[in-house]
Amino acid sequence: MSHSPPSSSAAPASGFASFVADLASDQRAFKGLSWPKTMMWVFLLGDIFVFSCFLIAYMNLRTAVQAPWPHPSEVFALNIGGKEIPLLLVAVMTLVLTSSCGTMSLAVAYGYGKNREKALQMLWISAALGLMFMAMQAFEWTKLIGEGVRPWVNGIGASQFGAFFFMITGFHGTHVTIGVILILVTASKVARGELDNGTRSSLTGRKQSYELVEILSLYWHFVDVVWVFLFAVFYLW
Amino acid sequence: MSNEHAQQPDIGIYFKVWGLLFVLAGTSYCIAYFGVGQPLKAILLLALALGQAGLIVAVLMHLVWERVIVAYLMFVPPMLLASFLAICFTDGSYTNRTRESNYLAAPLPSAAPATAANPAVPH
Repeated sequence: MSHSPPSSSAAPASGFASFVADLASDQRAFKGLSWPKTMMWVFLLGDIFVFSCFLIAYMNLRTAVQAPWPHPSEVFALNIGGKEIPLLLVAVMTLVLTSSCGTMSLAVAYGYGKNREKALQMLWISAALGLMFMAMQAFEWTKLIGEGVRPWVNGIGASQFGAFFFMITGFHGTHVTIGVILILVTASKVARGELDNGTRSSLTGRKQSYELVEILSLYWHFVDVVWVFLFAVFYLW
Repeated sequence: MSNEHAQQPDIGIYFKVWGLLFVLAGTSYCIAYFGVGQPLKAILLLALALGQAGLIVAVLMHLVWERVIVAYLMFVPPMLLASFLAICFTDGSYTNRTRESNYLAAPLPSAAPATAANPAVPH
């Protein structure tokens, strides 16, 4: 990327003054920022609102409801060798998704370092960990459905539990699924060397660069941020 | 600031943050595992979740190396949402207390007609 530096040489480079200067700049705000990356930030802000709606509704209902809420450490326990281990699957899911974020950061760093082989390797690992996460979530859903948990009734406590569980984790799981697809698409672009020689994208017709991997990483990290909050307020609460 | 790719951090910081995320997630798991009492548990879990989210957004998503306006874009609206969450939490607790005093403690209005000695709604 080669942006022209801000036209006004007096514009402060950092701190609150730069925020004011950016908002008060002539013609347009966000001057000199890479717009694909900025658009991803704006999209993520919209996603924050969607997930906040779910979590606010969940917290409001959970504090208001009189029936006992199903105890998460019992509902999400796994029986290993005759012993109930609470939240084991969810803990492993957290480790897997966090590791996927770590490898995605490395992919960005290797990409900007023009190390195509390593970047590609890290993208494949991130996608594989994302697939693992999806598989574990599918297992968890199957287990709960087998135990009779439905969005309208569950037999283990407040009947709204199933509705919130399937809605919130399902929406997050959809994000993971889309993320894995995007990682695979980006990895195939990296494998073909399109980001190294600036081939024009077949979709947008714009020259591609390793910034694509960074924009993808923004989305993928956001999916982990959402999971961090789900883990805390839904599973551990 | 015109070329943000020149500001790529050293790769070691990703491993440090990665490890720290494991530690924070493990701590939250232990808080639930050992059954810490509720007001403290909620505070600790939220603090740990905010710590993890902050680390991911600031370092892994490179927000600290972005222009300040992007940081404001991502920080101010979630703060408003957090205050909305607090309001709805208070509202939920109020609903719960109302149900507690009006629907559970008192007999159902159809079961026993309200009299001065046996009010359907206490107080």
